Amino acid sequence: MGNIVLSIKNVDKTFGGLHALGDINLDIEEGKIHAIIGPNGAGKSTLLNVCIGRLAPDRGTVEFEGKNMIGMEPYEINHAGMVRVFQTPEIFPDLSILQNVMIPALAKRDGVFNFDAFKSMASNADIEEQSTRILEELGLKSQTHDHAGSMSRGDKRRLELSMGLVQHPRLLLLDEPTAGMSRHDTNRTIDLLKQIKERGMTKIIIEHDMHVVFSLADRISVLAQGRIIAQGTPDEIRGNPRVQEAYLGGAEL
Amino acid sequence: MSKTLLRNDWVVMALFTAAVLSMPLWLAPIGAGYPDLLQKFAIFGLFAIGYNILFGLTGYLSFGHAVFLGVGSYTAVWSFKLLTMNVLPAVLFSVLMGGLFAVIIGYLSLRRSGIYFSILTLAFAQMSYNMAYSVLTPITNGETGLQLAKSDPRVIDALFIEAGEGLPSTDLFGMQMSGYPGFYFCAVLLIIGFFISLRIFRSPFGLKLLAIKSNQTRMLYTGFNTRPYLLTAFVISGMYAGLAGALMAVTDPLAGAERMQWTASGEVVLMTILGGVGTLIGPLLGVGVIKYFENIFSALNVDTLHQIFSFLPDWLENVVVWISSHFVGEGWHLTLGLLFMVIVIFLPGGLMEGFQRIGSALRNLFKRSEAVAAQPSEKE
Ligand SMILES: Nc1ncnc2c1ncn2[C@@H]1O[C@H](COP(=O)(O)OP(=O)(O)OP(=O)(O)O)[C@@H](O)[C@H]1O
Ligand SMILES: [Mg+2]
Repeated sequence: MGNIVLSIKNVDKTFGGLHALGDINLDIEEGKIHAIIGPNGAGKSTLLNVCIGRLAPDRGTVEFEGKNMIGMEPYEINHAGMVRVFQTPEIFPDLSILQNVMIPALAKRDGVFNFDAFKSMASNADIEEQSTRILEELGLKSQTHDHAGSMSRGDKRRLELSMGLVQHPRLLLLDEPTAGMSRHDTNRTIDLLKQIKERGMTKIIIEHDMHVVFSLADRISVLAQGRIIAQGTPDEIRGNPRVQEAYLGGAEL
Repeated sequence: MSKTLLRNDWVVMALFTAAVLSMPLWLAPIGAGYPDLLQKFAIFGLFAIGYNILFGLTGYLSFGHAVFLGVGSYTAVWSFKLLTMNVLPAVLFSVLMGGLFAVIIGYLSLRRSGIYFSILTLAFAQMSYNMAYSVLTPITNGETGLQLAKSDPRVIDALFIEAGEGLPSTDLFGMQMSGYPGFYFCAVLLIIGFFISLRIFRSPFGLKLLAIKSNQTRMLYTGFNTRPYLLTAFVISGMYAGLAGALMAVTDPLAGAERMQWTASGEVVLMTILGGVGTLIGPLLGVGVIKYFENIFSALNVDTLHQIFSFLPDWLENVVVWISSHFVGEGWHLTLGLLFMVIVIFLPGGLMEGFQRIGSALRNLFKRSEAVAAQPSEKE
């Protein structure tokens, strides 16, 4: 096994009486794409929420590059190098598409706080260029000065992805990055994510679309009712009868 | 005017400076070209510009900004009493004190957002207002208000000049700050204040504040600690308010606690919304409209109304005067309330939205007539 980037240990999370996560243990290897699959309500998004500091677990630790992230502020976790792309697009609807990408680029360059009230935007040409390049890569170049709030849902997802990618995180957490996208855009995103993999960015990807999962993932963990019921390579998962029963209701993968 | 030209800061500043300095000329025809009112435009203009940096960029609605106005005035009068009648130290200290109070109130209020933030700022303002009347009377002189006195030390002035007969007046190195010199002093500060606000609006800092307004949670996960951003915006707007308070004392050297009352805090909210929240010029328009109409309407009384409507038959004149008398003098606030309601309902973006709509309507009209003119030639 290679270098472990993220190590989730004994994580428990309950909401009232609901056991959303039960004793989760998961190691993510550097440079790999690790898919987490499972039925609706399995706890996949909750797991990511715990990783990026949106939710505090009842028990357990999340170690990113050897450092425990539990109790750290979301912006500190971001600067540590773990970045999340949300399931429901979380963008800045009142800003332009370009500005939406410039904001995370500024965060990456300037840190959690920078009093740049007397710098002009013109002095940030490098940030603008970098953001434009990412948008181009994701096929959003033509409309960069439009309001982000008026984009289609699929475009919003691509915008979110650009916002994550522009920060060049060491670990990118993707929560259903292709939901709401057309087949064409989905394939495009798969290609893009493969490309980035070659650049050595580690990724966790949550997906319902098995086409996406099996064309991307190096490893797959299956979550059902807050527990990891299987882990392995795509081939191992494909042939695992427990997974077929829990997740696919017996349907052929 | 071309939009790209307006994107250049220096073009904007040249236009703005020309407009402000020539105010006595172009406001004269509507009866507003006298120093007293012009000063008010400039002073409340600064107040509103600063308020807009907080409310317009971050969306945080403070209901207590008059505190900083009051603090600025008290500080300025104390500077006149203890140090010198020169206005520069007074202005400087007031800005600093406004900022200091904003650090404290902002630090505490910004632990909450939305309506809770607004209520916290309101609570702090009412607390300060009440303290000015009670425990702080040694500093504020309670209900009488803080005034100049013959016996004030004025240690710096005492070194250079003999105390004259009567109370001294505020000055800038010998130039008295009443009448037009007073207005031009305020006008220069308004121009500087506008320049700073322009730079902030067009800076990455301004962009980040807008992003906080748009989606604060997302900012946290994007790697920004939003609290210091909000506090900085709050303190900057507090400093503007402190400056405005100082200028009130410069043009009339006394300070009273009523300057901190919630109605004064509410007024700046009205001005900003009326003109157009988050636009550069909007708050100034709001100030202009409110202060101008306040001046006209509150000066009218039943007698002047009778004069105005004397052309009507007697019975009708009486009816009209009876109705309209509720909207003038003390009743001016009723007029203001109605005006505000009409604007907010029909133009949520304030007067600036109105202008934009007129602008785009005209442009469409223009395009259509051009298209009509172009059509026959295409057929040939
Ligand atoms: N903040 C919360 N408060 C209460 N319950 C929550 C909260 N977040 C998630 N849950 C519950 O926890 C369970 C797991 O939710 P989660 O969003 O993690 O599922 P998921 O695997 O991402 O599902 P999907 O595929 O539909 O996105 C669900 O039953 C959900 O209702
Ligand atoms: Mg989910």
